[in-house]
Amino acid sequence: MTRLSRLTIGLIALTALGALVLGDALRSGLPQPFSFPAALALGSGAAPSGAHCTAN
Amino acid sequence: MRRLGLGALALALVGAVALAAGPRAGLLLAIGIGFGLVLEGFRFGFAGPWRQMIAEGDPRGLLAQLLAIGLTAALAFPLLAIAPTELIGAHAPVGVGMVLGAFVFGAAMQVAMGCGSGTLVNAGSGNLIGLTVLAGFVGGAFLGTLNAGFWAGLGQLPLITAQSLAGPLGGLALTLAALALLAGALIWRAAPGKRLPPARLLWAAGLLAALALGNLVVAGQPWGVVYGLGLWGAKLVQAVGVDLSASAFWAAPANAERLRASLLTDVTSITDIGLILGAFLVMRGRASPGAPAAPLAWTGYGWVLLAGLVLGYSSRMALGCNVGAFFSGISTGSLHGWAWFAAAFAGSVLGLKLRPLALVPARQARMA
Repeated sequence: MTRLSRLTIGLIALTALGALVLGDALRSGLPQPFSFPAALALGSGAAPSGAHCTAN
Repeated sequence: MRRLGLGALALALVGAVALAAGPRAGLLLAIGIGFGLVLEGFRFGFAGPWRQMIAEGDPRGLLAQLLAIGLTAALAFPLLAIAPTELIGAHAPVGVGMVLGAFVFGAAMQVAMGCGSGTLVNAGSGNLIGLTVLAGFVGGAFLGTLNAGFWAGLGQLPLITAQSLAGPLGGLALTLAALALLAGALIWRAAPGKRLPPARLLWAAGLLAALALGNLVVAGQPWGVVYGLGLWGAKLVQAVGVDLSASAFWAAPANAERLRASLLTDVTSITDIGLILGAFLVMRGRASPGAPAAPLAWTGYGWVLLAGLVLGYSSRMALGCNVGAFFSGISTGSLHGWAWFAAAFAGSVLGLKLRPLALVPARQARMA
C-alpha cells in the first residue's frame, strides 16, 4: 500500500473541512451581521446560546 | 520564513471567519488553533499518557492533565459564580448509560490511538489512522444523538456538582483537594524517575488552562469537542435529504437551531476546526514533519474506522469525551466528570488488550 505523506493527509483533512463549511454556508447561509453575538459572552448580559457535549 | 507564512495564513483565516460570522467566531477559531498548537506542538495528549500509566506505571502525562484541570478550575469556579447568567459549566448527571459510555469510550480510544481532541490532532497533523478515526467519529457521534434518550432513560442520578455540595468556594476547594489526592496517589505509585512531568508538559498544562478559560469567557460554555462532530454528521445526512425533525435530540430547540444555522455559529464546531488547523500548522512548520505513521493492513483501517464509530457513539452516551466530560466536567465542578474518568480509565485497560488485535501493520498482514 502506498504511504501518503503527512502533508497530503493533512491537506485531505483540511480540504474535507473546507468542503463541509462551504457546503453548509451554501445551504444554511452565513449569520446576519446585525445579529452577531458580542465578542465575549462574559459581560454580554446574554445567556449562552451554544450547545455543549453534555447536552442530552 | 515558512512559519511566518503559516502564522499569516492562520491570522487571515481568523479574520475571514470574524468577518463572516462575527468577532466571537473569530476569537473561538483563534482559541481552537491555540488548542491545536499546544496539543501537537507540546505533544500533550490524553489517550497516550493513560496508556503509559497503565502499561508502564508512568503517570507524568496524566499528572499534567490533572494540573491543567486544576488550573482551569481555579478560575472557572469563580467565573461561573460571578456570571451565572452568562456562563455555564459542563454539568451533566451521572447515569447508567453515561458510565457505560465512558467505559466503552476509554476502550475505543486506546484502539483508535486517540481520544476526542487526539483524533482531531492526529487528523490535522497528517496521520491516516487519525483521519480514518475522525470519519468514524463523526458518524458515531451523530448516531449517538439518535439514541440519546434511550441511554438517559436507563437511569440517572440528580445533577450533582461540587458547587451544589459545598458552594462555589467550597466546591473549588473540594475539586482541588480531590485532584491533589489523585495526583499524590499517582506520584506515590509511580515508577522511580517518573514522578514529575517534564517542563514541556507543565508549560502545555498552563497554556491549555489559559485557552480553556478563554473558551469559557468567549463562548459562555466550557471547551468541548463531541457536540460539533455530531452536528457535522447531522448536517451531512440532512444535506442528502434525511429529515431529522422526528429525532427527539435534533428537535430540541437548542439543537434544532444549531442544525438550521450556519456551522460558524456553533462554538464547538469552530474550536474543532481550529484544533485541526492548529495541528496542521505545527506539522507543516516543523523542519521535518516526521515519517507518516506505518500503514495498517486494510482490515486494520476497517478496525480503526469501527473504533472511531464506537468512540463517537459512546461519547454521546457518556455526555462528552475526554474534553467535554473529563477536562471541562471536572474543571467546572460536575460529578459526572469524575465518574467519566473512573469508567474510561477502566475501559482503557481493556482497550490496551484489544489494541494489538486491531492495529495490524500492513507488512505483518502480508506475511500472515
